[in-house]
Amino acid sequence: MSVTGRFNPRTNQVDRTGISVAFTVGLYGAAFGAAGVTAGFSILQSCLLSILLFSGASQFAVVGIMGAGGSAISAIATATLLGFRNALYGLQMAPILKVTGLNRVLAAQITIDESTAVATLQDNDAERKRGFYVTGIGVYIFWNLFTFLGALGASAIGDPAVWGLDAAVPAAFCGLVWPRLKNKLQFVVCASAIALALMLTPLTPAGVPIITTVLLAVIFGWKK
Amino acid sequence: MTPIWIAVIGASVTAFLNKYIGHSVPERWLNKPRFMRINTLVPIVLLSALVAVQTFGNKKELVIDQRLAGVAVALVLLKFKASFPIVVVGAAITSAAIYNWF
Repeated sequence: MSVTGRFNPRTNQVDRTGISVAFTVGLYGAAFGAAGVTAGFSILQSCLLSILLFSGASQFAVVGIMGAGGSAISAIATATLLGFRNALYGLQMAPILKVTGLNRVLAAQITIDESTAVATLQDNDAERKRGFYVTGIGVYIFWNLFTFLGALGASAIGDPAVWGLDAAVPAAFCGLVWPRLKNKLQFVVCASAIALALMLTPLTPAGVPIITTVLLAVIFGWKK
Repeated sequence: MTPIWIAVIGASVTAFLNKYIGHSVPERWLNKPRFMRINTLVPIVLLSALVAVQTFGNKKELVIDQRLAGVAVALVLLKFKASFPIVVVGAAITSAAIYNWF
């Protein structure tokens, strides 16, 4: 981050976008912290997921599946498949960031939806790089801060349903899937996944109905 | 180690591997059209299934309760382009109101 950056209106624009995205998304961390505690995770375990895993959809999946009585294996498998898109973001960002060693480890950790999205909105590599780091680091700070506050708040609550936390989790998943539904095929795939998961719920151990829907992604994605 | 700890550590490790692999392998390894099409659909099926199970699931039973009202409000808020925190809080308030008053 260059010192002269502060006098450059374009750089300011990149920072503003990054920080406002970071703050908004960070607030959402409170919902995650609360969801974690509601699902039976301790405050420490909820915070560790934000510190170490640091990818919203995967984190919600882990606490959602464990909270519903699923096995650690199905939670890990679902979270891993959800997190694979971050590998594709890394692929996009690597030629722009050109980092090695410890810097690559740090860049990898903040390679998420938001940092990549803000980076790809910029016009040149210098601004893409700045957008990536400002957003990634910003989300990291706010997400972790609000995870802690959310977990702390929820742990002071007895029955989660009294505060509507039982509905906050599926609502969070709605918010995560909604922006991904852009065409008819994607809506059909969404509806089929809902139907399959509900059909399997009474028949299989918790967690299995979720991970099984990956078959639908393979079937629908196989042919052009 | 409890199952929750295994899930926390295991999922954190694979999440980091996912992120790090992207920065480290040649682009042609992952950039295949069929693979990319499937990969776009993977988050959609998993997240949709999670919406369904978290809304209707109660252990191995399917039930209709206050959560459905909360999710319905979330969908309406999303339709009107509300931000994420508003969507979550809207769903929670709706669900809590029904749970506490009925």
